[in-house]
Amino acid sequence: MSTQTPPTHSLFEYAPAPESRSIVDIAPSYGLFVDGEFVDGSGTPLKTVNPATEEVLSEVPTATDADVDRAVRAARRAFTRVWGPMRPADRGKYLFRIARLLQERAREFAVLESLDNGKPIRESRDVDVPLAAAHFFYHAGWADKLDWAGLGPGPRPLGVAGQVIPWNFPLLMLAWKVAPALATGNTVVLKPAETTPLTALLFAEVCRQADLPPGVVNIVTGAGETGRAVVEHEDVDKVAFTGSTEVGRSIARSVAGTRKRLTLELGGKAANIVFDDAPIDQAVEGIVQGIFFNQGHVCCAGSRLLVQESVHEEVIASLQRRIGTLRLGDPLDKNTDIGAINSAEQLARIRELSDIGEAEGANRWQPACELPERGYWFPPTVFTDVSPAHRIARDEVFGPVLSVLTFRTPDEAVAKANNTTYGLSAGIWTEKGSRILAIADRLRAGVVWANTFNKFDPTSPFGGYKQSGYGHEGGRHGLAAYLEGGQ
Amino acid sequence: MTHVLDPRAPAAAIPPRREPPAPYRDVTRSDAAFRAFLHGLPGVDQVGAEARVGVLGTRSIKTTAKAWAIDTAISMVDLTTLEGADTPGKVRSLAAKARRPDPGDPTTPQVAAVCVYGDLAGVAREALAGTGIHVAAVATAFPSGRASREVKLADVRDAVANGADEIDMVIDRGAFLSGRHLDVFDEIVAVKQACGDAHLKVILETGELVTLDNVRRASWLAMLAGGDFIKTSTGKVSPAATLPVCLVMMEAVRDFRAATGRQVGVKPAGGIRTTKDAVKHLVLVNEVAGPDWLSPDWFRFGASSLLNDLLLQRQKLRTGHYSGPDHVSVD
Repeated sequence: MSTQTPPTHSLFEYAPAPESRSIVDIAPSYGLFVDGEFVDGSGTPLKTVNPATEEVLSEVPTATDADVDRAVRAARRAFTRVWGPMRPADRGKYLFRIARLLQERAREFAVLESLDNGKPIRESRDVDVPLAAAHFFYHAGWADKLDWAGLGPGPRPLGVAGQVIPWNFPLLMLAWKVAPALATGNTVVLKPAETTPLTALLFAEVCRQADLPPGVVNIVTGAGETGRAVVEHEDVDKVAFTGSTEVGRSIARSVAGTRKRLTLELGGKAANIVFDDAPIDQAVEGIVQGIFFNQGHVCCAGSRLLVQESVHEEVIASLQRRIGTLRLGDPLDKNTDIGAINSAEQLARIRELSDIGEAEGANRWQPACELPERGYWFPPTVFTDVSPAHRIARDEVFGPVLSVLTFRTPDEAVAKANNTTYGLSAGIWTEKGSRILAIADRLRAGVVWANTFNKFDPTSPFGGYKQSGYGHEGGRHGLAAYLEGGQ
Repeated sequence: MTHVLDPRAPAAAIPPRREPPAPYRDVTRSDAAFRAFLHGLPGVDQVGAEARVGVLGTRSIKTTAKAWAIDTAISMVDLTTLEGADTPGKVRSLAAKARRPDPGDPTTPQVAAVCVYGDLAGVAREALAGTGIHVAAVATAFPSGRASREVKLADVRDAVANGADEIDMVIDRGAFLSGRHLDVFDEIVAVKQACGDAHLKVILETGELVTLDNVRRASWLAMLAGGDFIKTSTGKVSPAATLPVCLVMMEAVRDFRAATGRQVGVKPAGGIRTTKDAVKHLVLVNEVAGPDWLSPDWFRFGASSLLNDLLLQRQKLRTGHYSGPDHVSVD
């Protein structure tokens, strides 16, 4: 393993600039949010920790099958009595109200997200929270215009949606799920990830603040068993899941043969393709943004860098220099670029796969960087001399680990990019517009970014090929997933 | 780096020309070769460049870091007056300010240089004697550069004779935009020669070059020709210094040093008026080119009103409250 020589003590040391955590009140314990009230759960409570310090932040209940049943029944009542029959324009009004409240309480959400998830405040403040609000604004606008969405006349909601979301973008994934479901007239039972339940519970408070009718949004916390109960509940009409391919597969199995509709947004192993005529400095930024954004805990992360052999050395040298300037540390510091790994379990997986990468003969490079003593941390890592047969080129690491492969011709780039069991996203870097179009056409990936990476917008549908899942979220396609006759 | 030799250029036709440093010795053999080289530099994606400076702009520079940045920025200022109405009196008053930017606080650093028109370089030289503050003079038919080569060189020699130890020249943007890159190169070489020991800053006037691709090409051209500094603007054309332009120039000097071993300085000029702007530039220097450029020897701000804002912010850090414009001197 090679590492950079430690940088000489910098002339320009940025003094700590932590965002104050006093903006958010974290209760010592929370309840489930069912039928508009916070209620106790029947299972053994879970502790949620700050992954940057291992400090216990709060305790949340585990919802049992009976708790989930209560939540689904509340959602059904709300659907048949209030939310389903409501004038669409009025549903839009509630969604606009939620969107505005998210904006008003943006700092609170950002700080809480960084505390519970470990992501840098710069990202929760500038990406997660504004995008979550944008999703509510976007879908609020659709609520009374569904007749004109091109999905046929008078599209009808499905009923109760059971939604299970991951820990990498807790609030944003909630918004991706809840906003379209509500805008189309469905009610929801949502289960946040067991390691990151807090922003979902704060969102429950926002629902109350917005006077959202009880039962329209229900939030049940817990681990895998709770998720299973939500997905398998027989009165759920629609299942939406974002998370690992493994869990997605078992959900698909349990839903098979039922009337339930299913949307799965699963893993990825995206290729970020850099041609020799790329704008190198911006490509390097895109590579960094592609794999180190949110510590690489991104299903569409550009985890496989495919770089044309003729510029390989130049790109890797620039990339290593750039990675050397990334600032890892306190997620609440406004100057932090790389925060903490979300959990001990995920850290162990990243370590394991990285060790396998080295054992299989790839060359590991990490910048000189001090890791904090407590908490879960992993330095930004680049593997060169990676062969397409290596596990780090095939398995989703879901961490700040980049595998670099090379190619010689556009055909080889396409072949290698598509040589994965996933197909969620891809990136193309070239100054040649015609090449962008030609290559994008041949990539089997749901999203293809050209000369940028990891850009999201509520108007743009997001979804994948192959084992990256099915169905779309966002845009008109995302509405179809929650409407009768859609999909 | 790709560069193509022009096979048709007969060896005998090569004029006696100062060679660029290795490994780029042959790129100026012909206009075609030079053009191929400059156009073979990696492109700049405008959207990506703007996104990068956007993120750097969110760096939060507080307390000790801010104090360091303000003092460093003050020490990098080329305090400038470039008006038709300039007089010896005005230049002397500027020189006094350069020596002692904040009369109320002797710990305030001196600025790097005073920048004036060539005919007033002598006044500045006299007023700054013994201070170590440089005298910079604009020359080569500043700001348009529209004069014959002889006139421009005479302008430079005159400024140097008057006591300027730094010359801020303008490139021939007309020649650059019409693809006569070697003319621009030759002119910079000639000016550098006329400078003698004086430091040469090459003004690209990026507001007239418009694209970031052009900024990168002009930066490389100026460095290959022997410029000691590359400078964004005259301050007479809008837009003047912008962060994306500065980003591309910092990348250029960083890459040029990596390739040739020669370090070239950067001077954004015009439009930088607030401490916040200055700090954003320092962050950019720090994270793009690296701390080697964080000194007045390698980075300057061409500015006039910026200094007073830096002084006000400095007073605020020291006293804990904002004063007002009457607490700094009017130039």
